[in-house]
Amino acid sequence: MRTLSYRFRDLLALEPLTADELRFLLDQSKPFQEIQKHPLKKLATLRGKTVALAFFENSTRTRISFGTAAARLGADTMNLQAEASSIKKGETLLDTAFNLNAMRPDCLVMRHSASGAADYVARHLEIPVVNAGDGTHEHPSQGLLDALTIRDRLGTIENLNVTILGDILHSRVARSNIHLLGKFGCRFTLCGPSIWVPRELEKIAPGTPIRCVYRMEEALEGAHVILMLRVQTERLNDPPLSANDYILLYQLNAERLRRANREAIVLHPGPINRGIEITPEVADGPQSCVLEQVTNGVAVRMAILYLVIAGATESGTHPALEGKPKESANASD
Amino acid sequence: MRIIEKTQLMSTSEIDRTLQRLAHEIVEKSGGTKNLALIGIVRRGVPLAQRIAQAMRGIEGVDVPVGVLDITLYRDDLSKVAPQAVLRSSDIPFGVDNMNLVLVDDVLYTGRTIRAAMNGLFDLGRPKRVSLCVLIDRGHREMPIEAQYVGRNVQTSDTEIIEVRLREIDKEERVMLVDRVE
Repeated sequence: MRTLSYRFRDLLALEPLTADELRFLLDQSKPFQEIQKHPLKKLATLRGKTVALAFFENSTRTRISFGTAAARLGADTMNLQAEASSIKKGETLLDTAFNLNAMRPDCLVMRHSASGAADYVARHLEIPVVNAGDGTHEHPSQGLLDALTIRDRLGTIENLNVTILGDILHSRVARSNIHLLGKFGCRFTLCGPSIWVPRELEKIAPGTPIRCVYRMEEALEGAHVILMLRVQTERLNDPPLSANDYILLYQLNAERLRRANREAIVLHPGPINRGIEITPEVADGPQSCVLEQVTNGVAVRMAILYLVIAGATESGTHPALEGKPKESANASD
Repeated sequence: MRIIEKTQLMSTSEIDRTLQRLAHEIVEKSGGTKNLALIGIVRRGVPLAQRIAQAMRGIEGVDVPVGVLDITLYRDDLSKVAPQAVLRSSDIPFGVDNMNLVLVDDVLYTGRTIRAAMNGLFDLGRPKRVSLCVLIDRGHREMPIEAQYVGRNVQTSDTEIIEVRLREIDKEERVMLVDRVE
């Protein structure tokens, strides 16, 4: 029997996970997608459990998505938001984490502006830690929800041409997507202003074909998936590039989209700057998946919380990842 | 600990005949197949429900809808559940409001699975009636739950296990009584 080690005590990054483990996470999200369609969406599966949501960096969508996922599983949440907390008063990250942990949550979901912050905290806590975005490193739940959306729309995540557009250097979303889809044979084309798309990015996932291209028309040629990143408008002008220049060179509009594969889909992690990186016509068009991504985000996060909390009581090999899960017919009914 | 096979409770042909009888009983007590649907509980309740539906097609000449319900998320033992935590998809492709639903499972034991299944069903709507059909009722109930349609009642001790093997899942077909020996 093939045995894979149990890797979901925490969910810190997608890079160390195998294709089988990633496929397992996507498959486990499916039952939760169905629950989003139920008239009654609340389960009691995690009743009595508490999820601590610690967002040291601002977030609206991800925080609400994790909060909704916890609520729909029947768990309670405790919320920490940077701007209203003692971080401003100079408490260290670890002290904040220990204090939250002292209130006995069953899981810590955290976002931080420093790469590696979630990993650092996880090494000091007994409870599972879920990375909701750390600096420019990874955003695992976003990578998973993007893959789930692609699989639902295109029927597969294997051997696709994926074009990522925008500020890739600073994007944890791009990294999580590359690390996930790269394990399924996808090829990547990265495109944007050269200061945001340095050639070193071609080497971030050994074994995965990645090329940097600086003409958008060329980057879109033959793409099955177009992954847009938000242009952090505060970063425009920092290296001298006006919004108008960006629109001229890199905005995804209907005409440019025609260069991609006819069935190509457009993803955007949000929030969208309408009229900057994408035109409303494309953002609201039939090839756009942006709202499906948001719906799938809740399902993926329910699966993550369920797995780390339900799995936290057991150590060793996760039976789900053994060749065949053992069925004890009715020993425990 | 060893597992020893004590006796065979049902052969392939006995399972088939029993399912035929259960199909007749359900149709009779339901006064036909109007608004009737079967819900197979993952895993072995699913092929059983499909076969009962097939038998009903032979009796009444109509297709009774069959849904699939995975109760993992509705269990009451999360802390002990990890070995069974693998989720499978539920698939109930019809509205349950005002339906006459028959839950189908292989073995009725403590009743906790059925409690969980009913929670799952009521998240989907308000059925008019829910009844229960099992291949084997082995006793030892921990909940006030009974089956309306029973293939066979079997007296068991609590160290014994009923092993239901179905060709769709196990590549062989029979029901056995096995025992755990220290």
